[in-house]
Parts: sequence; structure tokens; C-alpha cells
Amino acid sequence: MPDFLLEIGCEEIPARMLRAGADILVSNTIAALQQIYFPVDVTRCRSYWTPRRLTSYVPALPLQEPNIDYQEVGPSWNIAFKDGAPTAAAEAFAKKHGVPISSLIRTTTKKGNYAAVQLNRAGRPTGVVLREIVEDQLRNFYWPKTMYWRAKTAERFVRPVRWIVALLDDEVLPIEFGGVVASRISRGHRFLSSTPVEIRSANDYVDALKANAVLVVPADRASRIDEQARNLEVERKVSIRTDRELQSTVVNLTEWPSVILGNFDREFLELPDEVLVTVMRDHQKYFAVEDAGGKLLPHFLAVLNTDGDPRGIIRHGHERVLRARFNDARFFWQTDQKHSLRERTVWLKNVTFQKDLGSYYEKTRRVQRLCSWLCETLRQRGVQVRPGIVHKAASLAKTDLTTELVKEFTELQGIVGGLYAAVQELDTGMPDATRQAIAQAIYDQYKPESMDDSVPRSIEGAILSIADKADSIAGMFALGLQPTGSKDPFALRRQANGIVKTIAEKKLPLSLTQLFADAREAYRGSSAERKFSGEIDYAGTLRIFFRERLEFYLRDVLGFKYDVVNAVLAAGSDDVVGAIARAEAVTKVRPSTDFESISIAFKRIKNILRQAGESGKQVAPAIDANAFQEAAEKELAAQIPRAVETVDGFRAQGDYENALIEISKLRPAVDRFFDKVMVMVDDERVRANRLALLQSLLKEFSTIADFSEIVTEGKESKESSKQ
Amino acid sequence: MFIPSAKCFAHTLTQTNSNPLTFQELILRLQTFWAERGCVLEQPYDVEVGAGTMAPETFLRVLGPSPYKVVYVQPSRRPADGRYGENPNRLYKHTQLQVILKPPPENVQQLYLESLGAMGIDLRQHDIKFEEDNWEAPTLSAWGVGWQVMLDGLEITQFTYFQQCGGVDLDPISAELTYGLERIAAFLQDVDSIYDIVWARDPETGKATTYGDVRLSDEIQFSVYNFDLANADFLRSHFDLYERECQLLIDGYWMVKKEEYDRLERTGLRGFLDNTGRPPSLKRYPVLAAYDLCLKCSHLFNILDSRGAISVTERVGVIARVRALAVGIAKVYVDQQQDEPASEESDQQKRQKAKRETAPAIP
Repeated sequence: MPDFLLEIGCEEIPARMLRAGADILVSNTIAALQQIYFPVDVTRCRSYWTPRRLTSYVPALPLQEPNIDYQEVGPSWNIAFKDGAPTAAAEAFAKKHGVPISSLIRTTTKKGNYAAVQLNRAGRPTGVVLREIVEDQLRNFYWPKTMYWRAKTAERFVRPVRWIVALLDDEVLPIEFGGVVASRISRGHRFLSSTPVEIRSANDYVDALKANAVLVVPADRASRIDEQARNLEVERKVSIRTDRELQSTVVNLTEWPSVILGNFDREFLELPDEVLVTVMRDHQKYFAVEDAGGKLLPHFLAVLNTDGDPRGIIRHGHERVLRARFNDARFFWQTDQKHSLRERTVWLKNVTFQKDLGSYYEKTRRVQRLCSWLCETLRQRGVQVRPGIVHKAASLAKTDLTTELVKEFTELQGIVGGLYAAVQELDTGMPDATRQAIAQAIYDQYKPESMDDSVPRSIEGAILSIADKADSIAGMFALGLQPTGSKDPFALRRQANGIVKTIAEKKLPLSLTQLFADAREAYRGSSAERKFSGEIDYAGTLRIFFRERLEFYLRDVLGFKYDVVNAVLAAGSDDVVGAIARAEAVTKVRPSTDFESISIAFKRIKNILRQAGESGKQVAPAIDANAFQEAAEKELAAQIPRAVETVDGFRAQGDYENALIEISKLRPAVDRFFDKVMVMVDDERVRANRLALLQSLLKEFSTIADFSEIVTEGKESKESSKQ
Repeated sequence: MFIPSAKCFAHTLTQTNSNPLTFQELILRLQTFWAERGCVLEQPYDVEVGAGTMAPETFLRVLGPSPYKVVYVQPSRRPADGRYGENPNRLYKHTQLQVILKPPPENVQQLYLESLGAMGIDLRQHDIKFEEDNWEAPTLSAWGVGWQVMLDGLEITQFTYFQQCGGVDLDPISAELTYGLERIAAFLQDVDSIYDIVWARDPETGKATTYGDVRLSDEIQFSVYNFDLANADFLRSHFDLYERECQLLIDGYWMVKKEEYDRLERTGLRGFLDNTGRPPSLKRYPVLAAYDLCLKCSHLFNILDSRGAISVTERVGVIARVRALAVGIAKVYVDQQQDEPASEESDQQKRQKAKRETAPAIP
């Protein structure tokens, strides 16, 4: 049972692509092997990686491919044999597969009878199979971005491939790719090892590299970093700020990591933490260091790709770079104070938002308008907002795009605006509390940046955030640039998710339809409007788009069952808060037997109405009490108006749970109806009236959820087939 | 556990001496290093460019099939990056050392690392990482894939495998190494301000001439001009004129190629035809001059931009105009390379042939 090891040696692969690349390498090999019926012990397969290599390990393979029996289908039987005698077609087919005519058999396919031949292929040696699989896989490898490095007609890969190690136990498989033929020679650390590294057999690989200063198992690098960091923490009595993402980045930038604790001048601590941490984290890939109370200390932790820094040369270099960066940041901060955010509002005329949607100045005007409409709507619905704060925050929100600090550290947009607003005089005589509220709304405007991020802290910040995102989405959709498939260059899905999450968590009584009608209205008369596509269904496309976003939020973020989500959204996806409340109510009453029965009944009703529609059966325009014949249908008809009234009462108060319980109470009447009453009778008047009754039942009681979407444990109704 | 080998990287262990390289020694070392590895030592291009990439030795040479290896220093002007000489890390005009290896040898990374050794950096004593950084220049319709090379946290080189240039897919690929010389010098000399870099040291007196001595006035005066005084209307006119002439030259090439000599005459490029009214070799067509005009446009755009004279709506449009020129030139250049062998002999033959063919038509 030989073990297979494959190492693709590359020039440095981007850190962000490494893990996925290594996973694809092993999983594609496994999949290709399984496709030709190789038994693979998936639990023992491994993928490893460092910046300079991707490795897959697939152990315990059989010595050769299983023998394969298969059938080749040839010409139609009637063409192959005339009056029992083989024709030229039969002879040609038999010859092609190298078998005598007598071994042709008759096989029946969907299209009829055909001549066929039963063949057997002896399994090839595993090494041959692997070579073919891997070469094919490398030629078709998926990378987010690829390159040529040899002649253009040659292969593409993430970075140039410089060596390949391919071993089946201790035998080299001469896999070829990119002008490189596999051998047993790998390479060690660029600077800590100079000689080629010979890998004797698949299972020596990890240790052989370790002896040459390469920790090929990423977890080993992570623990080496952790261990050294912990030691430093104890020794220096500091605490290193946890940062999983950064940790993964530095693990993927090193082959033999070690850490150093560097220092910077205490005076830089006057700069906001946000700025300091961004410089350290995003630009230098340093971890921030804090005291026991979480306060930033003038130190940083850098992860090196070497075995240490005994003379402090490297630390000195890193400190130098950070000092320059911090000096820059401080210089920008001071320069930026020469012009207030208020002065910068007109500068936004020179900053493009989107080429067809105009400048940020125009966007600001639109967002302000949208904000005031939102404030008014919310005020009317009893939500306490301070429109003045929203308005001022909106007017200044994008001005930080003109600051040096944001030009340098774009990821700090919004945050910088908030920090500046907090220290500037925004209007003469403005009370400090007001200024802080405005600053906070500006600071939070891009929140939530992901589903894990928090929403803006204040209601004013939430309104600004929603209006800003809605304006972008509205403009892009009106231009016909909505996301398609994996293409979403403006991250509109993320922004829409942000809107949904913000409305949900702030419990805002807002209609998405109205929000986007308003957002579109804000573009009226703008030069952007002339670029809008006349061919698209703006409202319809957005409705579908937000239904998907809401579905994602309910199911993947809040964890509702998919059928509950479908049922709830089928009854409407316009009101986020309402949809969540309805989903909660349906989830609560769902286990009750009455509810389950009602769900089954609604499915039947839907089927009956659908089939009636398909066979052209009329539904009476209104329920006619005189056309009823059975007691059961009269009883059901009599119960509907009363139930509607109670249900609507609960629904109006947002008490969906009791509304659903009320609907469930119809169960005996509905059950009796289906027991005693045949809907699809020949008498047209009676039938049409019964269909009308069912239709009204469906219509009146599907406003909270479409119960027919609920997956029931019990048996499916056979009623529809009986009818 | 790993035990470091004593031999490792012996060939790059150029020991750091107590006297770090001056700015000019750094240039000399790198030039020598690459010249010894087969590069043509070119001189800085004499039209303003924003980066070494824009010099024709890169932008045009990477096009087409001919192999090429070149090294040159390129002062690079970025008007918007000027800081009146007040910021210790920012310059209006910085100095790049550019290396083009077409096609890249298999050991290109190794060669690069050895060049660090040549400037006195002991790789074993430092933290060196190749971090993903994909280069893209929209005005040149060019992009590539590569890294920023980090030395103890400092970005010292941009390392790019060019994939496309002037909208043309490249074959073969070129590797471009762009060294940021000021940063490297400041690192080697361990100074915090670019202006404190020792540019030269008098061998007799030991007196240092600093970067500030040489360049500070440039930084101050050009910042004043670019940010505060440049006449936007004049700049616009310059831009329009350069653009017009550049476009005429591009169009003219295709007129010659398609033998539309009447149109060529109307374009004012009659002078390219010989006295028989026939064109000489296409190799003589001045695409290189057209490219200079395109570079002028690019630089004028940069000044206008730093002057704050380009509005939003205009900006995208102006970039597109420069790109259109660059793409047009790249197409012409590639076509011209393919047209015929460049030897003087065949040029003459062609001209004689042309004369013979047209001779009967002359009265």
C-alpha cells in the first residue's frame, strides 16, 4: 500500500491563496482517484504549504488501478444485423474494438436496441495513473489570479513552478509541468539552508524539510510563533493583541518563523489607536501590544522568516520603518487639521464616486436627502431620531476622502472622518454632546463591514449607514450593474447584507421597497440619471436581490430552518423586522400538531387550485353562500370571517404567534371539509364556489407565512391525486 | 532540529563594512552587478516619466519577441507626491533602478537576491519576504504579477512578471525589477530622512555631499510649481497639442501600411515618403517619437492633477486619452517589429526595389 507525496515548488505564492491552493491540490487528486474507483483513506490524506510549496500526501494506495469492465455501444441493432447476418457496420464496430463479430451483444437503451461489446481494461500501475491525474490537474488548476512565465503558449499557474517532488513511497514519478520534471530533490529555507534537500521516501518528507529550516506543516509554524510570543509576553510583562487573520497571514509568509518585540517612541501614542493599529497591522503585519488593561503600549511584535535576530539588526530595521510610517501618519494628521471637514465638502466635487454616478459631492447631496426622508418616516412610525445630527453627519461623512490620512490608509475611511469631527468645531456654538453624536455617526457609517461586524451604535449612525449603502445599490442597479454570479465588484451584496443586519438589529420599521423607491427618487434630475438603463426592471430586480439577502440573513446568520424562511418570505420580504418576527412565530408554533395539519391542508389547497387552473376550471369571483351543499363547507365558510378578524387583530399588533395559533384553530373545520367534501365535482357552479372558498382561505391566511412551504414530517397528502 | 549550515549563501556574503555605500556607490554597484550579468547599461531616459516602466527601454522593449536585458537608473517624477522638501520620506522626483530581463531566467529570484549581496546586505542577517503585489498601470494598459520585496519590513523592490503592456499580451514575458534607491540608501546608511543620505564622499577630504545638497531645491521648487503656480490653461494646451501630434503619427503609420498616401499627405506627413512618392522601410517610421509625445501627455496630466485642475468627469476621460495613445503606439511598435528585418542592407534593397517598381510611372 504505497504512500503518495507531491510537492509543487514555486516562487512565493500569495499568502491569501496558499491554504485554498493546497486544499485543492489534495482534494482534486482524491476526487480523480475516486472517480476511477481507487479506494482512498480520506481521513489520512493531508495538505501542507509554505510560501514556496504546496504539498499533498495521499497514503495507502493500492499497487494498481482496479480492472475495469465496461461496455461500448455501437450501431443500432437493426443496422448491425440484417436478417441475422452482420453488416459492414457490425464488422467495422467489432474491428474498432478488436473483438470477433461473435462477441457482439444486444443492449437496450432508451433509444432502442443497439449492438454493443463488453470490454475489460486491466488496471494500470498506480504510478502511471497518478502521473496522468496530477499532470492534468496542474494544467487545469484553479487560482484566483494566474500568470504566464514561459512562452505565452505554455502553462499558467499562480507563480512560476521551479521544482516538483513526486514520490510513491521511495519511487520518483516523473510528473512534468511547466518545463519541470519531478524528482526527489526539494529545497530548504532560502537563507538558512543552502544544499538541495533529498527526500528519500514519501514519509520522510516533513522531517527532511524540518532539518533544512522549513516547517511545512502550517500548524507547526503557528505553534512556533505562539510559543515564542507567549515567552515574550511573560518575559516582558506585556500582552499581545490576538488577531487570527494576521496570525494566518504571517504563518503563510514564513517557512521558519520567529518573533521579535520591537519598540516605538512613546510620543506616537498621542495618535489615535485606530491609526497606530492600522499602520502596524495592515501595512507592516505587526501585532499590537497592550498592557493588562488593554491599553496600547509602544511596542510591536513582528514575525520574521528566519531563525532569530541575535544582534538586533532586524529589529532595528523594523523599528526604522515603523518610525517612518508613524511620522508620516502624524504629518498627515497635522496637515489635515489645516482644513476643516466643513471646508472639504466642496472638495468632494473632485472625488469620483463612480464614473456614471458622479462625484462624492453629488452622492453626499443624495444621501442627505434620503436621510431626511428616512428620519421623517421613522419619526411618523414613532422612532426617536435626531434629524439634525443625521443631516450634519451625512454632509460631512465623505469629506475624509480628501484627507491625506485616508489617502494613505484607505481602510480608515469613515473612522478618520469620525476622529476629525470629534476634535473640530463643526458649527459655532455646537454643544459637545451634539458634536460627539455626529462624530460617532460618521465613524460608524461603513458598519457593518461583514456579518461578524457590529452595526452602527446610534440610530443616527444606522440611518446614515443605510442611506449611504442604499444610494450606492440604487445607483448601480439603475445602471444595470447589479451583481451576477461571482461578479460583484462593488460589493453590493455585502452592502445589502449590511442594510438588512442594521434594520434587523435596530428594529427599524422600514419598507425596503419604499427605501429603494426613495433612493431612486434622490437621483431624480441628476446627470447620473441620464445614464440609467431604461431596459431594466429596477424595483423587480431589487426585490429579488433583497429577498436573497434576507433569506441569507434569516437562514445563515439567524439560523432559521430553510423551509420556515421560504414560508415566511413567500408571504413578503419587504419588512425585515416583520419577517424576522414571523419566522420566530412560525418556528415556535411549528411543532404543534394543529399547525402541522394546517400546513398539510394548505399544501393540498395549493395543489388543488393549481390543478384547477391548469385544467381551465373556473374559480367563482366571490363566495356564494347559496351554492354550498355540504354542512362541512358551510361551517368552514362561516368560520373564515371570524378567524380573519382575530388573526388580523393579532397581526396588526405584531403578535404573529397568536395569529398563527388562531389559524391553527381552523384545523377541525378544514379537516372536516376535506373529509366530507369533494371539490372537483362535475357541477360547475358548486365546484367554482368550493374553489373560491379554498382560494380565500389561502389568501387570507398566507400573509404571515406560506404554510405550504413548511416541510412536514407526516405523509404527503394524496388528495390532489384523488381529485 | 535545524542547524544552520556554515556554507550557506557564501557567495552573497559580501560583508557589510563600517562605511555603508553612498548613494552613488549604490548605483554603481547595482549597475555593475547587472552589467556583469549581461544587461545593457542604458542611461536615464530624457523625457519626464512617472516610473522606470514608462521609459521606452521597458514599455516598448517588452513588446514583441526579441530577447533583451537592460539596466538603467530612472529619475521618476510624480508631481502629486511632492512635499516641498518638508517630508523626510516623500519625493516629487525619486530614483528608480530598473532591470528588465526578457525572458526571465529560471534563477531570476536568486539573481535578484545576489544583487542585494552586491550592495552589502548579508541575507543571513536579515528578514526577507516576497509579499504579493500585483502591479497595474491603467494609463499604460499594462499589468503584471509579482511581489514587493520586504527587507526587515521595508519595501525595497517591486518584482513583476509583466503580462500585458499597452494592451498587448506579452510573449515572451519579461521580469521587471524596480529598486527604490532612496529607500535602500537610507536603509544602508541608517538615516531617517532622505535628505540626510550621503550622496557622495570626497575621497580626499572625506567631505560628504548629501541628498539634500543635490536635490532639495528640486523638491521645493517643483512642489511650488506643481501645486501652486503651474498654469492650467497652458498645460491643457500643451497636452492637446502633444496628443494631437502623437495621434497623427499613430494614424500615419497605418496610412503608410495601407498605402493610403493621399490621406498621409493631408495629415502633413508627406515628408515620410521619398521623392518617388513611395514610403521607405516602415522601420524608419518614427514610432519612438510618437511615444515621447505620449510621455509628455502623461506628465502634463500629472501636473494638472497635482494642481487640482482636473475635475471628476474629466479625470477618467483624460486617463483614457493617454491610454489610447499608449495602446495605439504599442500596436504600431509590435507591427513595426514584425514588418521586416532591421538590417540596413534589406532596407536599401527594399528602397531600390520600390524605385524600380515605381520607375515606369515617372514621366
